[in-house]
Amino acid sequence: MIPAGFEYYRPSDITSAVSILQEHGDEARVIAGGHSLIPMMKLRMADMGHLIDLQDIDALKGIEIGSDAVTIGAMVTQHELITHEGLSNAVPLIKEAALLIADPQVRYMGTVGGNVANGDPGNDMPGLMQCLNARFELSGPDGVREVAAREFYEAAYFTAREDEEILTRITIPVPAGGTGYAYEKQKRKIGDYATAAAAVMIGGGTASVAMTNLADTPIWSDAAGAALAAGDVDGCVSAMMGAIDPVADNRGPIEFKKHVAAVILRRAIARAQSRAS
Amino acid sequence: MSKMHVKMTVNGKEVEGLAEPRTLLIHFLRENLNITGPHIGCETSHCGACTVDLDGKSVKSCTVFVAQAQGKELTTVEGLVNEDGSLGVLQEMFREHHGLQCGFCTPGMITRAHRLLQENPNPTEEEIRFGMAGNICRCTGYQNIVKSIAAAADTLNAQKEAAE
Repeated sequence: MIPAGFEYYRPSDITSAVSILQEHGDEARVIAGGHSLIPMMKLRMADMGHLIDLQDIDALKGIEIGSDAVTIGAMVTQHELITHEGLSNAVPLIKEAALLIADPQVRYMGTVGGNVANGDPGNDMPGLMQCLNARFELSGPDGVREVAAREFYEAAYFTAREDEEILTRITIPVPAGGTGYAYEKQKRKIGDYATAAAAVMIGGGTASVAMTNLADTPIWSDAAGAALAAGDVDGCVSAMMGAIDPVADNRGPIEFKKHVAAVILRRAIARAQSRAS
Repeated sequence: MSKMHVKMTVNGKEVEGLAEPRTLLIHFLRENLNITGPHIGCETSHCGACTVDLDGKSVKSCTVFVAQAQGKELTTVEGLVNEDGSLGVLQEMFREHHGLQCGFCTPGMITRAHRLLQENPNPTEEEIRFGMAGNICRCTGYQNIVKSIAAAADTLNAQKEAAE
């Protein structure tokens, strides 16, 4: 379980990190918490000559709570998301989801930036960020741009991020007061990825629904949200069941996954409705 | 790949060594520093036997490169003894309440429980189970591990109260 060798860099600002990426092209990768990347490197399924550790870049840290939006640095860990009181008050859905990711040790290292940028369909944060209508800030050689979470995911491990860009910050609109929310996840054991997971928000005449690990990208469905906003739970579930596209794997056959997806989505909707006021 | 000069503080002592950046922290601890408390169980970040405390976080040292730990402060199970070398409270309570059978997972269990009690000195049973979910034991069924940690929390709280 020893990965291939690499040159190690620990730059202290984003510009230096981007310039190392530019110099080495696809021979270079950034590492955040490393709890997706290092296991892949140990299996020799990921191999790069240059590894850029982002831990010393202060601009990637910190959570800022504004009245309209919160911004979260890419290097903020799941543990920080869970323990940050201001964030729990402003957007409680994030904590509810983060608590279901991996296990305590992994949450101390695993970052929100790594979780959303990796493009792994099994990760919980991409679907959550689509439900929350988050925007991702990308920094690259040509400066900074923003991409909506709902437009970021193209296929498994393929995203709108260019090779020479780093996902640096996440901006999330603060839901209106009284918004009901829920994150529901079915997994085989602690630390497992979801068999199915659902993020739901309802409030102020609108609703947003996203699901995880039921296609090669997270699935946010406009039609499902519209149906739920109109109070049509069956219509919401049926729109979402039409949007997902699970494949059979060691978490079960397609029929089972669709069944679990509907159960999980209904549970999430019921809990979100019970919290809405 | 050339080796790097690694420096860190382990159990209060400054240590150094030469290692390739790709060296896993668990291998550096065990092979370069001869600190063999943290164990290699699964080596795939599942079992928690290699758990160490890294700058105040419980981490699985099989999933950290030594380069990432450069300059940091580490505590292993060896560092959780009392100043006179006798067993620390958590260690003593694991002994007292039979919180182990074969003992292979115990260093990771105790090191993780140490951080859990630092963050939550009065955990409920549910909080202990949730907080220990990254550590696997194949012998005990966990009941006595949970009891040991609860007893350690009580003892530490009583000590704190007596000191005040």
